[in-house]
Amino acid sequence: MTVSFLILAVITVGGTAAAMGLRNAVHCVLALTVGFAGVAALYLQLGAQFVGFTQIMVYVGAVAILAVFAIMMTHNPGLVERTVVSKHWLAGSVVAAAVFAVLASAIGRSAATLQQHSPQPVVTVQQIGDSLMHQYVLPLEIMGLLLTAALIGAVVIAMDRKEETK
Amino acid sequence: MSPLQGYLTLSALLFSIGLAGALTRRNAILVLIGIELMLNAANLNFIAFWRFGPHPAALTGIMFAIFSISVAAAEAAVGLAIILAAYRHSRTTDLDKMNSLKG
Amino acid sequence: MTQMFDQIFVIAKHWLLGYVPAVAQPLASAILSVVPVLIAFPLLFAITTVLERKGLGRIQNRYGPNRTGPAGFFQPIADGIKSLTKEDIVPLSADHIVHFLAPVLIVVAAFMAYAVLPIGRNMVILNLNAGVLFFFAIGSVVELSVFMAGWSSRSKYSLLGAMRAIAQMISYEVPLVLATVVVIMQAGSLSTVTIVERQAGYTGIWPHWYLFTPWGIVGFVLFMIAATAESNRSPFDLPEGESEIIAGYYIEYSGFKFALFFLGEYLGMFATSGMAITLFLGGWSAPLSVFTFVPSWIWFFAKLLVLIGGFIWIRGTLPRLRMDQLMNFAWEFILPMSLLNMLIAGVWHFMAPGVVRWLVCSAIIATPCILLSAGLRKKKRLMVRTYEFAE
Repeated sequence: MTVSFLILAVITVGGTAAAMGLRNAVHCVLALTVGFAGVAALYLQLGAQFVGFTQIMVYVGAVAILAVFAIMMTHNPGLVERTVVSKHWLAGSVVAAAVFAVLASAIGRSAATLQQHSPQPVVTVQQIGDSLMHQYVLPLEIMGLLLTAALIGAVVIAMDRKEETK
Repeated sequence: MSPLQGYLTLSALLFSIGLAGALTRRNAILVLIGIELMLNAANLNFIAFWRFGPHPAALTGIMFAIFSISVAAAEAAVGLAIILAAYRHSRTTDLDKMNSLKG
Repeated sequence: MTQMFDQIFVIAKHWLLGYVPAVAQPLASAILSVVPVLIAFPLLFAITTVLERKGLGRIQNRYGPNRTGPAGFFQPIADGIKSLTKEDIVPLSADHIVHFLAPVLIVVAAFMAYAVLPIGRNMVILNLNAGVLFFFAIGSVVELSVFMAGWSSRSKYSLLGAMRAIAQMISYEVPLVLATVVVIMQAGSLSTVTIVERQAGYTGIWPHWYLFTPWGIVGFVLFMIAATAESNRSPFDLPEGESEIIAGYYIEYSGFKFALFFLGEYLGMFATSGMAITLFLGGWSAPLSVFTFVPSWIWFFAKLLVLIGGFIWIRGTLPRLRMDQLMNFAWEFILPMSLLNMLIAGVWHFMAPGVVRWLVCSAIIATPCILLSAGLRKKKRLMVRTYEFAE
């Protein structure tokens, strides 16, 4: 429980709590970006360099931009939302709090098995590449197909239908 | 409290924040980013177990996290496309108002 | 003797670290590594602004700035004083926190990209195992700051400029990364230091630079086109073209924040040029083996100046591309070319060295290039102009 872990944890939780609590949608996405960057810093602290940089590149550089584009395109300034949360906010919050309580108690109660002090594993990008090509080649190819399908599907779903009538 | 417990508690906290956001916000896009937060919390769990677990050389945690990030990106793209299409139909992203399939 | 001159910064750093107590050594080492970069590249930015204005002036048959100092070379000092003392106007309805953070974020991201560039032999700030990935991850943060700048100003022009700029940047990011993948395939590593070391050998007098291979030439050209688009430089500067949309996403910025945007954009340009030098031009290695007595960091800065001169030349020569032409160029020409480049890099690796593989690889890449560009040129359809709202 080092100081750096606590600082990063505070930044991450603060960013994500702001992301789920702020009124303005764009502020929410910007706070979410801070949360994602905090999670990437936690990955780097755990020694997973490749995953940390991939997290920044994919989440901060692509998913956050997608979300702000979607907010821009669905922004209707005529409608002013009266409340930030929906009608059933109490039930949702209770469920989330209950989930956290269950998970935290499970983590706390299994303290005996969590005392391992293993040395820092060193994983090179070479090893990741090797395992992607030998052991995990099937998930890699399926991921390629999935991303292609998602790309084509997203373009088709979000396409402006007015162009078809011209 | 051991470091692994710290990371697991943090990931449980992130998961429940994401869940609370996904269940209570009105804007459909913010529900989607709540889901992204839950996926991030699960990835953090995987990497924490990879680091402190018994077999880090098997790279399972890192591989799972990489594939999970890719799948999450694809799902965010498709989800936002669906929200855009629904917005074009009903002119609102308020989930309380999008409660009937009749168009 | 040449060895000492080559490693002079490393020797100076070790000498200074000798005076620091052992407990503060890591922090002092980090600061001593970072400070020269923080001094050198803004200085290069200042020199580049005056070189660009004079160069553009000469291309356009006029003198550039020639009043301040000898032949106008104190112009950056005058520009700096002007931008520091101008009134900082923030629009009343602007989002103050985001408006303030956008230029800060762009400068921070631009500076962080220099951490993995090897400026000389043993002169890299961070020898990361996944250095190239780090570079592109930081580059994708710049798009977010462009959006923050455009949206926080609460002005339609700035939002429109920001949307166009982000669309352009994400479209050209894919060919940029694909052009890099070719080099990574051949070098077998994502670490920038390893990539440069693989190019540092000589056969006879010719270097082993990746530029002197067919996939290297094509990759370098594609990388530079994508880098020009990523930094919003002409001919891809529609999002900030002064005659189109005034200043695009930084319309509402004045004074020092405007200067920070300018600094961030130029630093990004230098960083991508530095990455192109690392990947294709051999980093700090000399062009001919007779010139290895010149220090390695001088070669890096010489190559960087050549690339900056190329940027200025292209800016002064080519007209601006329209938005749809820009996007078509990215998705319909540059992206297929970069995929074909990956193909010929694979073919190159598995064929025996000699003239045959040069001919085969050049044929595989040149034929689709000629056919595709001819096909795209013929595709321009003349349509009857329809007005959507004026019927």
